[in-house]
Amino acid sequence: MTALPLLDISNLTVEFATRRGKVQAVKSIDIQVGKGETVAIVGESGSGKSVTSYAVVRILDRAGKVAEGSISFSGVDLVAADEAQMRDLRGREISMIFQNPRAALNPIRKVGRQIEDVLLQHVQATSATAKEKAIEALEKVRIARPEERYDAYPFELSGGMCQRVVIALALACQPQLLIADEPTTGLDVTTQKAVMDLIVELTRERGMSTILITHDLGLAAAYCDRVVVMEKGKVVETAEAAAIFHAPQHPYTRKLMQATPRLGMALADLLPEGTPKPPAQARAPATLAGAAPLMQVENLVKEYPRPAGGALLAKLRGKAEPEKPAFRAVDGISFSVARGETLGLVGESGCGKSTTSMMITRLLDPTSGRIVFDGQDIGAMPARTFAASPFRRRIQMVFQDPTDSLNPRFTAQRAILDPILRMGTVEGRAALRERCEELARLVGLPVELLDRFPHQLSGGQKARVGIARAIALEPDLVILDEPTAALDVSVQAVVLNLLDELKQRLGMSYIFVSHDLNVVRLLCDRVVVMRSGRIVEEGTAEEVLGAPKAEYTKELLTAIPHPPA
Amino acid sequence: MNDMSKPPATPALRFEAPPSTSLWSHARHIVSENPVTGFAFGLFALIVLAALFGPLVAPYDPLASNTNSALQGPSAAHWFGTDQLGRDIFSRVLVATRLDFAIAVFSVALVFLLGGLAGVMAGFFGGWVDKLVGRVADTIMAFPLFVLAMGIVAALGNSVTNIVIATAIINFPLYARVARAEANVRREAGFVQAARLSGNSDWRLLLTQIVPNIMPIMAVQMSLTMGYAILNAAGLSFIGLGVRPPTPEWGIMVAEGASFIVSGEWWIAFFPGLALMIAVFCFNLLGDGVRDLVDPQRRN
Repeated sequence: MTALPLLDISNLTVEFATRRGKVQAVKSIDIQVGKGETVAIVGESGSGKSVTSYAVVRILDRAGKVAEGSISFSGVDLVAADEAQMRDLRGREISMIFQNPRAALNPIRKVGRQIEDVLLQHVQATSATAKEKAIEALEKVRIARPEERYDAYPFELSGGMCQRVVIALALACQPQLLIADEPTTGLDVTTQKAVMDLIVELTRERGMSTILITHDLGLAAAYCDRVVVMEKGKVVETAEAAAIFHAPQHPYTRKLMQATPRLGMALADLLPEGTPKPPAQARAPATLAGAAPLMQVENLVKEYPRPAGGALLAKLRGKAEPEKPAFRAVDGISFSVARGETLGLVGESGCGKSTTSMMITRLLDPTSGRIVFDGQDIGAMPARTFAASPFRRRIQMVFQDPTDSLNPRFTAQRAILDPILRMGTVEGRAALRERCEELARLVGLPVELLDRFPHQLSGGQKARVGIARAIALEPDLVILDEPTAALDVSVQAVVLNLLDELKQRLGMSYIFVSHDLNVVRLLCDRVVVMRSGRIVEEGTAEEVLGAPKAEYTKELLTAIPHPPA
Repeated sequence: MNDMSKPPATPALRFEAPPSTSLWSHARHIVSENPVTGFAFGLFALIVLAALFGPLVAPYDPLASNTNSALQGPSAAHWFGTDQLGRDIFSRVLVATRLDFAIAVFSVALVFLLGGLAGVMAGFFGGWVDKLVGRVADTIMAFPLFVLAMGIVAALGNSVTNIVIATAIINFPLYARVARAEANVRREAGFVQAARLSGNSDWRLLLTQIVPNIMPIMAVQMSLTMGYAILNAAGLSFIGLGVRPPTPEWGIMVAEGASFIVSGEWWIAFFPGLALMIAVFCFNLLGDGVRDLVDPQRRN
């Protein structure tokens, strides 16, 4: 960097007034962003990375304020600037992209109109040229048939498309600085790749500077020039992207690096150095030759009827419309799970993997097909009354969002004991408490936390409560629905190891539902890849992820961000 | 199965989580954060005390008439003055608190049980239960509510019990709809699915998972309708339904005093009206405070 940096954050401290006094979310940090540079701010939740960006555009909520330091944007002091000045800068000079593109768009306004609004607001177009310019903006973010999409409402577009519209909005006024706050979290890998490629290309084209805020070190390293690593409000390391990946200096960066699943590493490698590694157990031979599989799914189908538009009107007129075919979320899939095996169910959103797991856990009735569990067709038992079935206790599930899956009014102990109270044989206060403590120890949850409510626990602790609940009755099959998707990488590393260890110890089988192929590679014996309700590829983890045969699997694998070599 | 008691080799996570706080210190915090809430709780305590001990501490017999001291303005002997029969208005306002408060509490409790349960069932089960509850609510809402309450009391007979029932019925749609919406949102929540996996029956899910979680919003609803219930009961008495004279009741007292305002004896209608206003005001303010108090998310 030779010239003056475009954005110069120096000695910035941001404080929040809370009921336990002032809390410093960001502590004396220095970050410079040069013209045309792409800088990533990486950190886990609570590291202060988002707060930093909010301070730059001055959208901190009421309790937060800049306590110290300065932010200067091409010579303008952003801390001292008044609200009118800031309004002018936001959007025209500094733009932001947020995590949830759907929430960032007005749901009842056509996307083209929304782009026009921004253009008119910042005098980039007149009402005569606005439509033309808006279509041009849509074209620039590679939206196919922009003239048609101009008239689309946000709900008519996919998540990736919406994010493109948001990018078009952010770039409409040719800002000098783009702040992207987790722009691809929640998007599929292939969409993530498309969106990130687009952002990088557009910024390069216009000589714009970009700040990418992310928790994904791989993504940061793949797309940025420099990486700033934050921990607990402090910048711990700033380095070139390639350097940070190959020779991380700070212990925290190293820990973060280590916890990020990558090619060619084992599950235990994710844990930080110096922790006792779980004894390397030889992977149990997954399928015992000749043994009957634990579960067999045959020709499973789930159909949802399409809403009949105007059917009533047609009926009144006396001419019935031809019935539309029902939507098939799951379209005739068959696979089996062996005893003691971990089967990965992989695919992007909308592929039917969640519907499949809901049917297997008997929360949802299949339209047709069989689910044979231990020799019996449990698919024929209605989901409504399955709670009373003796099979209920043998199939359990760990949910995606540890917060959403715990009743806010139950303590950790009450949550863990719920299945035992309903279906278990343990009785009496003391015995229940004992069993609960046993389970807590098993999942590594400190026993003193058992009396806490979910909101008093951290994400990792909540995940452990969810796992303890799922294994409380020693089930034969546990469905893991993206159990680590909501967790930080270092917590994910620990939870994945825990799950693997529990499986070996208790002899369970897992169905691991995920979109993260790197994680699937580490945990699964066999993998089933799904797309649009069908299985496109099936085989051992090494086969499918090492040498994929299906075109779609290849596409998924190449979309994973790879750090620069 | 291996030894279960051995701790896992995977390291335990240590994170600082906020320590739990008691309900009392939580209440203190809520009050200190928002002094208006503290004021509302203070008023509420005053109303409850008046309802409990009013008849014991009232300086005069609320029913005893004394024509010698009729229509006297506020004085040291009669703080709120006396009415046309010489009854002490302060004593009557104080004693009336119990009746008005009781009508409000019982009608709100009744509608909470009926409306809340019907709404939760409608939201959770859907289908014909939902349709039935929805149509019942629609039917009630098709009438002007006060007129409906009048009709119910007139039809069922002039009694306090029937005022309670009428007030509960006109509030039914409000409770049923709020409860339905809240239950419907939570029906597919992760923790409800998890409880289903734990082998809970539908009814148990409803009562242990859904109902406790919609209590905060229902508590706010109850606080707000309390004020409305008091107003409704007083309104019915004002037009001569429900409570009958000479029973002290705010609505009747306002009605009786109304004719004297023209001739300058304002205190007869003013003080019961003031009591009524303060009570309604207090319950409306209380709503926010109650929500903060019962929401577990706020308790740290």
